Amino acid sequence: MGSSRGRSLVLFTLSTLLLVSIAGGFQSDELLQDDEEFGLEGGRPAADPALSIPTRPPIRGRSDPDLPSGSPDSKSVQFSLEHRFGGSGFSPAGTFTARLKSWSHGGQTLTKLRFSRNALTEEEKGAFERLLKEDGYYTIRVPSNVLNAPGKDFIVSSVRARCIPRDSLDEHFVIHTDGVNIMAVNYGSAGACQYPRMLKYPAKWSFTSFTVLKNSEQAPRTPTFAEELLAGEDGLGEGVKPPEKSFWAKYWMYLIPLVFIVLNAMTQAMNMPEEQAAGQSTQAQRAPSTTVRRR
Amino acid sequence: MAIRACLGLMILLFSSTISTALFEDQVGLSDWHQKYIGKVKHAIFHTQKTGRKRVVVSTEENVLASLDLRTGNIFWRHVLGKIDCIDQVDIALGKYVVTLSSGGSILRAWNLPDGQMIWESILQVSAPSKSLLHALANMNVGKDNLILVFGGSLIHALSSTDGQIVWRKELSTNSLEIQQVFQPRDSDIFYALGFIDSSEFVAYYVNYKNGEVLQQSKASFKSGFCGEASLSSNDVVVALDASRTYLVSISFRNGVITFQQTYIPDLIPEFSGKATLLPSKYNGILAVDIASSIVLLRVKGVNELEIIEKINYPSAISDALPFSKEQQAFAILQHDESRIHIKVKFDTDLTNEVLKETIQLDGQRGNVEKVFINNYIRTDRTHGFRVLVVMEDHSLLLVQQGEIVWTREDGLASIVDSTTSELPVEKEGVSVAEVEHSLFEWLKGHFLKLKGTLMLASPDEVAAIQAIRLKSFEKNQMTRDHNGFRKLIIVLTRAGKILALHTGDGRVVWSVLLPVLRESETCGNPFVLNVYQWQVPHHRAMHENPSVLVIGRCGHNFDAPGIFSIVDAYTGKVHNSLVLEHSVRHVMPLPLTDSTEQHLHIVIDDNLHAHLYPKTSDAVKIFLDEMPNVFWYSVEVGKNIIKGYSLEIKGELDMAENVFQPKELWSIVFPSESETIALTATRKMNEIVHTQAKIVADQDVMYKYISKNILFVATVAPKASGEIGSATPEEAWLYAYLIDTVSGRILHRVSHQGAQGPIHAVVSENWVVYHYFNLRAHRHEMSVIEIYDQSREDNKDVWKLVLGKHNLTAPISSYSKPDVTVKSQSYFFIHSVKSMAVTATAKGITSKQLLIGTIGDQVLALDKRFLDPRRSANPTQSEKEEGIIPLTDSLPIVPQSYVTHALQVEGLRGIVTTPAKLESTTLVFSYGVDLFFTRIAPSRTYDSLTEDFSYALLLLTIVALVAALLVTWALSERKELREKWR
Repeated sequence: MGSSRGRSLVLFTLSTLLLVSIAGGFQSDELLQDDEEFGLEGGRPAADPALSIPTRPPIRGRSDPDLPSGSPDSKSVQFSLEHRFGGSGFSPAGTFTARLKSWSHGGQTLTKLRFSRNALTEEEKGAFERLLKEDGYYTIRVPSNVLNAPGKDFIVSSVRARCIPRDSLDEHFVIHTDGVNIMAVNYGSAGACQYPRMLKYPAKWSFTSFTVLKNSEQAPRTPTFAEELLAGEDGLGEGVKPPEKSFWAKYWMYLIPLVFIVLNAMTQAMNMPEEQAAGQSTQAQRAPSTTVRRR
Repeated sequence: MAIRACLGLMILLFSSTISTALFEDQVGLSDWHQKYIGKVKHAIFHTQKTGRKRVVVSTEENVLASLDLRTGNIFWRHVLGKIDCIDQVDIALGKYVVTLSSGGSILRAWNLPDGQMIWESILQVSAPSKSLLHALANMNVGKDNLILVFGGSLIHALSSTDGQIVWRKELSTNSLEIQQVFQPRDSDIFYALGFIDSSEFVAYYVNYKNGEVLQQSKASFKSGFCGEASLSSNDVVVALDASRTYLVSISFRNGVITFQQTYIPDLIPEFSGKATLLPSKYNGILAVDIASSIVLLRVKGVNELEIIEKINYPSAISDALPFSKEQQAFAILQHDESRIHIKVKFDTDLTNEVLKETIQLDGQRGNVEKVFINNYIRTDRTHGFRVLVVMEDHSLLLVQQGEIVWTREDGLASIVDSTTSELPVEKEGVSVAEVEHSLFEWLKGHFLKLKGTLMLASPDEVAAIQAIRLKSFEKNQMTRDHNGFRKLIIVLTRAGKILALHTGDGRVVWSVLLPVLRESETCGNPFVLNVYQWQVPHHRAMHENPSVLVIGRCGHNFDAPGIFSIVDAYTGKVHNSLVLEHSVRHVMPLPLTDSTEQHLHIVIDDNLHAHLYPKTSDAVKIFLDEMPNVFWYSVEVGKNIIKGYSLEIKGELDMAENVFQPKELWSIVFPSESETIALTATRKMNEIVHTQAKIVADQDVMYKYISKNILFVATVAPKASGEIGSATPEEAWLYAYLIDTVSGRILHRVSHQGAQGPIHAVVSENWVVYHYFNLRAHRHEMSVIEIYDQSREDNKDVWKLVLGKHNLTAPISSYSKPDVTVKSQSYFFIHSVKSMAVTATAKGITSKQLLIGTIGDQVLALDKRFLDPRRSANPTQSEKEEGIIPLTDSLPIVPQSYVTHALQVEGLRGIVTTPAKLESTTLVFSYGVDLFFTRIAPSRTYDSLTEDFSYALLLLTIVALVAALLVTWALSERKELREKWR
């Protein structure tokens, strides 16, 4: 539980950061507050899936999402999610609702994405079970353009079905958008997917969905320095003065030989008396042995 | 005293910055450079009375070169740009070579002896059309001759001394195509003959002094012309009609145009298909190329054509060489298996041959494609002829006196792809004499070297030392060496020839013109694609040779059938060669081998079906085990879609065919109104990463996100997809993507506002470096993206590591939610870039260098440390210790870090790096029109002594030390004895 909270916290900060970077530069802080939306939905999955058809999981911290907001530059758009179990065709699986914001400079962006998933029918449940058994792919798709929904292209994404089940079926969407276009959907399990993948059935046959909307980041600008700084630096940054080194670091190569010489001299000086002492001791040792022999 | 000396030495060592550059005498030790020109299109012989004999050629690689006729060496050479295609070459004033290039819009004059450009004129051309250059041969020496350039409806007359436009004339507003120009002797007019809309013949009589059209006559021909015409006499032109089955003789005498049609099968009964007129300028003779042979026809007037000779294929015919006032000579070359018969004839008398010679040719050069003839005066004052022959493999030969005087392997100027192969393992049984000889040589060499080191050598000996170093026996051996420096570079040229080059000196070990890649009935327009390693024996390296796989295609369309050929890498023997039943779109070498160590390859055809090669049941069995983990993607540049697939078997697997069906897993659609795909780049499949962790400052660890499935995609704004300057900074942007190709996840997406292509990128380990143009800063930029794995951050906990609760050994799944962080930074870079690569070493321990092919056709090695996104303006102490360079806004270009030192690899197209066995060293092969090979050590050769290390000096030092030891020992003994006697 703790780890999941931690993860959601990371997720929160991450997406906040992302959205900050999107909004940054052209709008006020107020919008930033407004944009702080990443649908962590279905946190509390419906106890009885049959009762809540279609599932409209409670949304935290939002009032009524469906009412079009008063501002004239935003409108609500819907697009559908379709899924496929292995080889069969695509069938509707849920609906994304988002707010389309028009900016003064003409661009449009999607915000406030939320998602409602249809409950699995018995047939779909069976298909999913079959997929789990054969370790097949569960595939989803969304239209590439949210405005003219049945557009020419679909964004397809797949995951091994065995990656999804935990307590319930946990799925995670990261939708990469560019204006009204969806470019890619990173679809997968909410956390890690162990390999080798074990066959495991979920306790609850309902989806718990996490969705994140992602726009692109702006690259950091190339640093430009003032001319005098450039003049000082000769390519490799020689202009930056090296910090003052310690005495030892500076002169160790002189000190070590010095220490050697001193040590050498000292040992030589000490050797003089020692030699005499040694001579005496040998004599001393010799003396008793002779006595012993004599005995 | 000794201590002081030692200290002094140490200080010297520390203070001297060790340079990575070469010393002058090290050039050529481990590198070689070869100059080529490409397939010759035009050749002009120039016989200067005083100077040496030379020939000026222009080639398909847009090279203009002057070659020595005696040796084939290049006197001078100019490589024009990739788009500056040379259309025509001529000689003006007897001292200038005039080239017309870029679709007839640029006319240049080059000085013949030294190749300096004398003048250049830019001509206005209305529309891209066939252009014609004609230097008026005026007999009045000293008078300014005019050069006429025809392009569309415009005639430009330029002065040949300074390139000034003398006059300019617009002939017709319709699509005029001038075919022939000729000038009657001793007159002020010239005739310009051409077609309007391929249906009307037109003849203009123009005063060449002022461009005034004196007379103009037109006549339309109802069945149309195919756009080829050959002037056969002063008033008759022969053309082909639109169906290429009728010869149309056109007479334009006195402004009256008459047509006369001849049905070719009436003339030549065995003719079928389509005929082509050969561009030749013989008097009254016409050369027609019908599918099986060349037919020479004599034009005896408007309505009379007569066959004089039929030359069966394969053969070639040269242009006419003015011999005397009335006679022209030309050469006919005809193949007879491996021999070529050369006949030189005069156009006045076709029955007799002036010269008849036969040359023997090795079988790997294919057929003769072009012949140029030249005459000379023999020592006995008779006339001799020499021919310059362009072969099918783009090589160039000079034949004189029935011998091949020289050959140039100019196919190497158009390398398409390359791979490397190890040399054979040294076998036992080397003779004793050889060892003794080499030992003596070795000793002699080292003695010389020692002399050189001690500065005792005379200049002659210095030269001898240099020669020994350059011609080192070791580097040119045909066996595997301990350091892995000796290899074979196997290159595939556009002509369909495979050549093996030795890395020691760049010599061609073997070459083979693949029969299956030659034009044939089954395969009309063969086109080479790639070369891959097919079989690399390790277990049976002593008995089996490695082999390479060559993939080609019959024709340029994606649906054309593929060509598949396996060639022995040591001998060039073709093991297996076939035209496939399916097309080839992608080839994927798999990291799997079958029991005979053949690499498994998947070939994706145009219907996205996957074909497994080799087609053995063993391979299928191995592949089926791994099939659930095989994923592939296709980039559809035109549609702006990237799709990911896995493979599946629909129904029963046909064991004979091994065809698998694609299963679409993911797709990414780039919005076409704002982005177009400009470039994709991936990691090299064989790249080795030594460590997955990066130790950063303060004993911290970052885990690299190392995935073989990373795809880098760069997209640009559609408006800014053209050249630099075609869009304003507001209209231009660039998106960089990192995509996982298994799951189709976008791991990172970043935009660069105001940036534009051309983009070059290189992906390695966990980073991408890409190069583009910044319109706002008016400079080129290089950006780096490094991607790190956050999901392994927990492993930094030592206790988890000790208790075994880490996930370091757990398999990584692409289906897990990626938890990555990205660091990026951009730097200005002065050069524009032609090609980019990264060094590769055997174990991946050595630091990396980027190899950048600059616009000046040199290869620059740039340390990856300069492109570290963690560089900051004031790095902390610990960061400095880590080796982070303080931030600068632009990347430094150190002149010593040019890998190519003083050389240029003209027309640089690719840089290939191969690891040597020695960890510190990378082999670098760069190719374009020229070839350059060297080996570099990005972190210097820390694991071996350099080649010029003097072992003799070391020995001498040891001997001296031992001697000194003995002497001092003896001295001390004596002294001790004296002490004791005291």
